[in-house]
Amino acid sequence: MEEALSQLHGFVAWGLALAEEYGIPSLIEAGLFFLFAGLALSFACGVIFFRNVVHSALSLTATFICVACLYIFIGADFMGAVQILVYSGAVAVLIVMAIMLTRRDDMSHSNPSRGLFRHAGAIVVSGLFFLSMAAVALLSPFKPTRPILGDAAPGLADLMLTHYVLPFEVAAILLLIAMIGAIVLAKGADER
Amino acid sequence: MMSIAELMQLVTHVGIHHFLLLSAVLFAIGLFGLLTKKGLIPLLMCVELMLNAVNINLVAFNHYMPVPDYSGQLMAIFSVAVAASEIAVGVALAFRIYRDRGTVNVDELKELKG
Repeated sequence: MEEALSQLHGFVAWGLALAEEYGIPSLIEAGLFFLFAGLALSFACGVIFFRNVVHSALSLTATFICVACLYIFIGADFMGAVQILVYSGAVAVLIVMAIMLTRRDDMSHSNPSRGLFRHAGAIVVSGLFFLSMAAVALLSPFKPTRPILGDAAPGLADLMLTHYVLPFEVAAILLLIAMIGAIVLAKGADER
Repeated sequence: MMSIAELMQLVTHVGIHHFLLLSAVLFAIGLFGLLTKKGLIPLLMCVELMLNAVNINLVAFNHYMPVPDYSGQLMAIFSVAVAASEIAVGVALAFRIYRDRGTVNVDELKELKG
């Protein structure tokens, strides 16, 4: 009993020393980051590997929510809100509507993939892409700092209505054109 | 050569590299899906994954680099707007193709003039 208690005491002291050495806030930060990043990546893999396309859509929504949590994690609250509203709200609903409109038969094998040869090629291409991106990211001499920028929403509004007013208008026109185009495409221009 | 403690220090100190690697993995997953899927709707989903990876990059650079304003996040918001219009047009196209051809399998959509 005494032996076990002293062992436990030693373990706790080791853990505390480790936490002291690395800094507890940094460890908690890293834990949160790896939690959300791991969830996002596993749900993203689910998008590809689920057999049922409805499960893929659900997994895609979960990926969007994890990415929104990551945005909030690095202090981009407004981007997190936009991500939840637009992606896991509107885009998810649109995709589920599209699945509903384009399928009548059984759902259990509704997410088909190509053959093994194509898979091997895709693994090579995406692996090479990832390796090149990782090399660029790890070898670039970044000088990371934390700029003090104030609140996100007022800063974004100021930029949007002063320096970036032309892209803002173009984005508005693009959304209008996309809406009209989607209605015309779905209804059919030649039909009454 | 780096010791284990230094490596742990690097891994647990969340910086811009973590976000760049995360977005590279997410983009690679989206690219893999784009090259292997057959259905039109799963292809749209993979495009959305790739756009999300790019947005993560923009927001991470805006947070960790010495920038004077929120231009990065603003660019990410424009990218979200473009992605939303893209998915609307893509879904309308998928619906139209399904009504005209009766399938959304991209391997069967070979004829130019149906």
